Amino acid sequence: MATPAPVAASVPRAASAGEAPPQRHRMSTRRWFTEIGWRHVVGVVAVVYAAFPLVYVVSASLSEGGTLTGSNALFSEISTENYAALGDTVFWTWMGNTLFIAISTAIGTVLMGASAAYAFSRFRFTGRRVGLTSLLVIQMFPQMLAFVAIFLLLLGLGNVVPSLGVNSKIALICVYLGGALGVNTFLMYGFFNTVPRELDEAAKIDGASHTQIYWTIILRLVSPILAVVGLLSFISTFGEFIIARVILQSESNWTLAVGLYGWVSALLEANWGLFAAGAVLAAIPVLALFLFLQKYIVGGLTAGAVKG
Amino acid sequence: MSTSQPTSVVSTSAPPGGAPPGQARGARRLREPHAAGSTRGLIVKIALMALVNAFGAYVVLAAWAEGSFGILWSMVALVVVADYVYFSRRSLPMKYILPGLVFLLVYQIYVVLYTGYVAFTNYGDGHNSTKEDAISALLAQNERRVEGSAGLPLAVIQDGDGNLGFAVVRDGEVLAGTAEQPLEPVDGAVVEGSAITDVPGWTLLPRAEILARQADVTTLRVPVSDDPEAGSVRTQDARTGYSYRPSLEYDAAADTMTDLTTGTVYRPNAEGLFEAEDGSTLGVGWRVAVGLDNFSTAFADDRYAGPFVRILAWTFAFALLSVVTTFLLGLFLAMVFNDPRMRGRKIYRTLMILPYAIPGFLAALLWSGLLNRRFGFINEVLLGGAEIGWLTDPWLAKLSVLGVNLWLGFPYMFLITTGALQAIPHDLLEAAKVDGASRFRTWRSVVMPLLLVATGPLLISSFAFNFNNFTLIYMLTNGGPRFTDASVPLGHTDILISMVYNVSGIDGSAPKNYGLASALSIVIFVIVATVSALAFRQTRKLEEMS
Repeated sequence: MATPAPVAASVPRAASAGEAPPQRHRMSTRRWFTEIGWRHVVGVVAVVYAAFPLVYVVSASLSEGGTLTGSNALFSEISTENYAALGDTVFWTWMGNTLFIAISTAIGTVLMGASAAYAFSRFRFTGRRVGLTSLLVIQMFPQMLAFVAIFLLLLGLGNVVPSLGVNSKIALICVYLGGALGVNTFLMYGFFNTVPRELDEAAKIDGASHTQIYWTIILRLVSPILAVVGLLSFISTFGEFIIARVILQSESNWTLAVGLYGWVSALLEANWGLFAAGAVLAAIPVLALFLFLQKYIVGGLTAGAVKG
Repeated sequence: MSTSQPTSVVSTSAPPGGAPPGQARGARRLREPHAAGSTRGLIVKIALMALVNAFGAYVVLAAWAEGSFGILWSMVALVVVADYVYFSRRSLPMKYILPGLVFLLVYQIYVVLYTGYVAFTNYGDGHNSTKEDAISALLAQNERRVEGSAGLPLAVIQDGDGNLGFAVVRDGEVLAGTAEQPLEPVDGAVVEGSAITDVPGWTLLPRAEILARQADVTTLRVPVSDDPEAGSVRTQDARTGYSYRPSLEYDAAADTMTDLTTGTVYRPNAEGLFEAEDGSTLGVGWRVAVGLDNFSTAFADDRYAGPFVRILAWTFAFALLSVVTTFLLGLFLAMVFNDPRMRGRKIYRTLMILPYAIPGFLAALLWSGLLNRRFGFINEVLLGGAEIGWLTDPWLAKLSVLGVNLWLGFPYMFLITTGALQAIPHDLLEAAKVDGASRFRTWRSVVMPLLLVATGPLLISSFAFNFNNFTLIYMLTNGGPRFTDASVPLGHTDILISMVYNVSGIDGSAPKNYGLASALSIVIFVIVATVSALAFRQTRKLEEMS
C-alpha cells in the first residue's frame, strides 16, 4: 500500500510476459509471499467462509433423502428428486406471487420515484424545500414498524374494496408503494440534478412539452439510477417478510419468504431437502440480477442505499 | 411556463379560464410537429383519469353501502384533488408528485399517525371495536332460551354463497335468515304439516349434510332483527327452533347494563369495560384512550419491564456489534485486496459478495439448519458430532446471531470501504509520507477520518437497519431461547421489533395487544431517530475537521 503508482505500472508488463513465474524473477518467493502471497491466503479463507453455506445448500438440494442429517455428506449423491418434488407443492405458486409482487413494486417505485424526483429537481414551487425535508424525516420511520396499523387499515379498506384488504396481493403492492417515495426520491433527486438543465431548456425552445422532456429526454439520461432503484426495490421486496406475513393469510397467496419460513419452522428435519431445492431456485433470480448489474449496484450503494 | 406545456393547454379546454387564450393558441401552432404525440398523450391522460374517477365512484358507492364514511370522504377528496391537479394548469409540479404522494399519504403517513393513535388506546383482545359493537356482542353472547316459549318448525337452509341459515314458521308465516342477515318473510314457501319443504331462493340442506355439519348447525344463531335486544332463533335438533333473548339489558339513557337473572347493574368504567359495584366486569369491552398506560406497562409492569430492559440492551448491543464487526472485517478485506499487484481480485470479489447477493431470509433459514444442535452441518461435520446448542444456549445464540449477521453483512462493508479507499486522493498519502508520517500515523490521521466521512452515513443507516432486522432474528432463532423467568413469550435473542411482533399477537400465537405493540413501535422510532441524529452530527464534525 506504500507506493502504488510505480508498482501498478509493472503489473501489465509482468502479466504480458507470461504466467506467475516472471514475478518471481524480480521478487524472491519470500518477498512475494510477505507482500502479495498472504493476500491470496486471506482471499481463499474469505471465499471459503463466504461460499461454503452456498455449496452446502446446493449439495443438500441434490441429496436424495431430503433430511437435515442426510444432507451433511456433501455431494455424496446427486439426484433431482427434491426439485421434482417441488412440483407437488405450492412452491411455484409462491414463486409466481413473489415475482409478480416484486416486479410490480419495482416498476411502480421507479415510475413514482422518478417523476417526484423530476419535479423536485426541475421545478421551483412553494413548499419544495419543505417537501424535500419532510421526505427525509418520513423515511426515518420504517414502514415495517407500523405493521399493526397497516393491518388495521387494510381490515377497514377490505370491507369496502376487497382487493385492497387483508389477504390480497394488490394490497401488499400498494403498501410497498407507500414506501417508494420516502426511500428513493433522494437517491434519484441527486442524480437528476447532475443532468444539465441546458438540455431541458434547449428542448423547451424546440417546442417540447414538459411531459415530452420527461419521458424522452430525462428518463433516458438517468437510466443508470432507474436500474439501481428498480433493482434494490425488487431485491428488498423479494425478501420482505413481516408485512407480507401479516397481510397474506391464505397459503396460495404467500410469497417465498413466508412460505419457505413455514416449511422450515414447521418440520425442519423432514422438509430440509425441499427447502434447500426451493432456496436454490429462489436465490437464482436475485443472484443473477445482482451479478449482471454488479457495477450499477456498487455505484448505488456508495450513493446511500441499503439492501433489505 | 405556459407556452412550454402544450399537453395541459389542450387539456384545459374543458374548464374555462386560465391563461390568455391567444398565447395558448400561439404555442400550439409553434409545436406543430409534435401534435401527434401530444394528442396521443392527451388520450392516454383522459383514459387514465377516467379510470381514476371510475374507481373513485366505485369506492364511494361501496363505502356508502358499508357505512365507512372515513373512506368515503377520503376518496372524494382524493378524486377531487387528482382532477384538479391533472386538469388545471396551475399545478404543474404536483402532476409529477401526486401519484407517489397518494401512496405515501395512505400507506406511510396515515399508518404512522394511526400507530401513534393506537399507542394511546387499549386496542387489543377484549377491546376490539367501538362501544356499540361491544354492546351488541354482549347481548348476542349472553342469550338464554325464552322460558316457556313454543318451539317453531324449522329447516336448515343454505344461500347461494353457501352460508347456513334457518327458515322458521312463525304465526303461519315463513321467515328465513342467516347469522349475518336477520329473519325476513319469504313469499311462496311450502309448508307441509310442520315441515318446510321448499323455500324459494334458498336450498334446503339434506339430512346427511346436516349431520356432517352438526356443530355448525347447533351453534348457528340467526338474529330476529337488526336490534340485538330482539334476540335470535337457535336449534338443537335442526327441526325445532326456539327463541332466545339476551339475559342482559342495556339501558341507553342511563348507559348501564343490567343482568336480568341476578339484577346486577354494570356501569362503563375508564378502561372500556362494563363494571359492577363489586368490581366484576363483563367479557367484551371497547377501545378507549388510556393515555400513557401502554408506555408505563412497557417500562414498569412486572410482566414486561424485565424482558423489555433486557431486550432493549440486547437490541443496542446487536445493532452496534453488527455494524462494528461487519465494518472491521469488510475494511480488513478491502485493505488486503486494495493492492493492484494482486491478481484475480475480481474473482475473489465476485465470490465474496455472494452472501450479500442472496435474499436475507434464505440465508437466515439456511443458517438455522447449519447450526441445528443435533443434525446441523457445523456440529456434525465440522465439530465431529459435538452437540453444541448454537441456537438454544442463551449466550451462544447471541453469538450465532452476530456470526450469521457478520456473514450476511461483511460483503456490503467490503464493497463500500473498497470504494471509499479508492476514492482517497493519492497525493494526500504522498504528502503524509513526505512529511515523515509513519504508516500507522498515516492511517490514523489521514485514511481513517476520510474513510469515516465517506462511509459514516452508510454506517448509520446500517445501524438503523440492524436495529430493526426482524427477518434475521425471527427466522434464525425466533427470539429463542425463551426467558425462563418471564410470563410473556419472549426470549434472549429477541430484539425490539420482534418483541413488538410477539406482543401484538397479530399471527394469533398470543393474545392481541395492539396498543402495547404500537407504543413499543413509537419507542423504537424515537430511539432510532435520536441515535441517527446524534451520529449525523458527529460525522458532520468529522467532515469539518478534514
